Amino acid sequence: MHIPDGYLSPSTCAVMYAVAAPFWYRATKKVKQVLTTRMVPLMSIFAAFSFVIMMFNIPVPDGTTAHAVGGTLMAIVLGPWAATLGVSIALMVQAIFFGDGGILAFGANCFNMAIVLPFVGFAVYRAICANAPSGSRRHWLGGAIGSYAGINAASLCAAIEFGIQPLLFHTSSGAPLYCPYDLTQAIPAMMLAHLTVAGIAEMVVTAGAIAFLQKTMPVIMALRVGKGV
Amino acid sequence: MKGIKKLWFGLCILALLSPIGLMASGTAWGEWGAEEFSKMLGYVPQGLARFSDLWKAPLPDYGVPGIGEVTGYVLSAFLGIALILIITWGIGKVLANRAEQ
Repeated sequence: MHIPDGYLSPSTCAVMYAVAAPFWYRATKKVKQVLTTRMVPLMSIFAAFSFVIMMFNIPVPDGTTAHAVGGTLMAIVLGPWAATLGVSIALMVQAIFFGDGGILAFGANCFNMAIVLPFVGFAVYRAICANAPSGSRRHWLGGAIGSYAGINAASLCAAIEFGIQPLLFHTSSGAPLYCPYDLTQAIPAMMLAHLTVAGIAEMVVTAGAIAFLQKTMPVIMALRVGKGV
Repeated sequence: MKGIKKLWFGLCILALLSPIGLMASGTAWGEWGAEEFSKMLGYVPQGLARFSDLWKAPLPDYGVPGIGEVTGYVLSAFLGIALILIITWGIGKVLANRAEQ
């Protein structure tokens, strides 16, 4: 889901930076309020976890690959604003050092994976287990369903960003300038990958990690249980 | 915080296992390079050709030049973790300090 440079027009990239900027601003404000020095290592761990889990490419039946993101997990444990910050950091390292995701497209990639993904995932999770005690199995069930919703919402956003390119930006003869695939091609392709393999991987990772934390480190799971955004 | 070492340990195991991700051949949808486009479509969209190489990452595709793919992937995983640790620590320090004042 890491959109490389050249797929989105510079104007699309500018719009996506502008959309992401207030979220980054609010995320730093919000995280500052709740961040204790103790929580910094946890933020590193979950951002690093997101980074590594994205390296596990899984084959998709159409010959492409996809991967989990781990953003909803971070939203559940540390809150969605911390997830916005943490996943953005992971995406930044991926773009700058490893060429995974573009520099111009960084705003768009953060919007999809660091904003839409954790917030949708967290909202669905909250709806399922707002008042469940921290050891309840509803947390990993809710995490599974929420993370599935989150990664697919993010994937749909990426598909729309891809798919509007040939409609909006083409040469006078109609040849596409950037991503050549329109909405009817981008949406089915992206959703196939994420409704199937990547979505399931995200569910397994999220539910597994929550169950693991509940069992071995209940303190961490209890940090934010019952808390809203 | 208690048990946090266990999480770092788990993360290192994941980094060591990361080359499993290399077994999936093919590229993610919408992440093809310009070369792949000329093979797939017979041409490269103009704007795509212009911007696709805007930034040259030092370790493209999580590979380290001059060493094997698997080793490079593992090294990239550890390097990425280290970079995230440093950046998060820096941001956390700035934010936490301000919060305490």
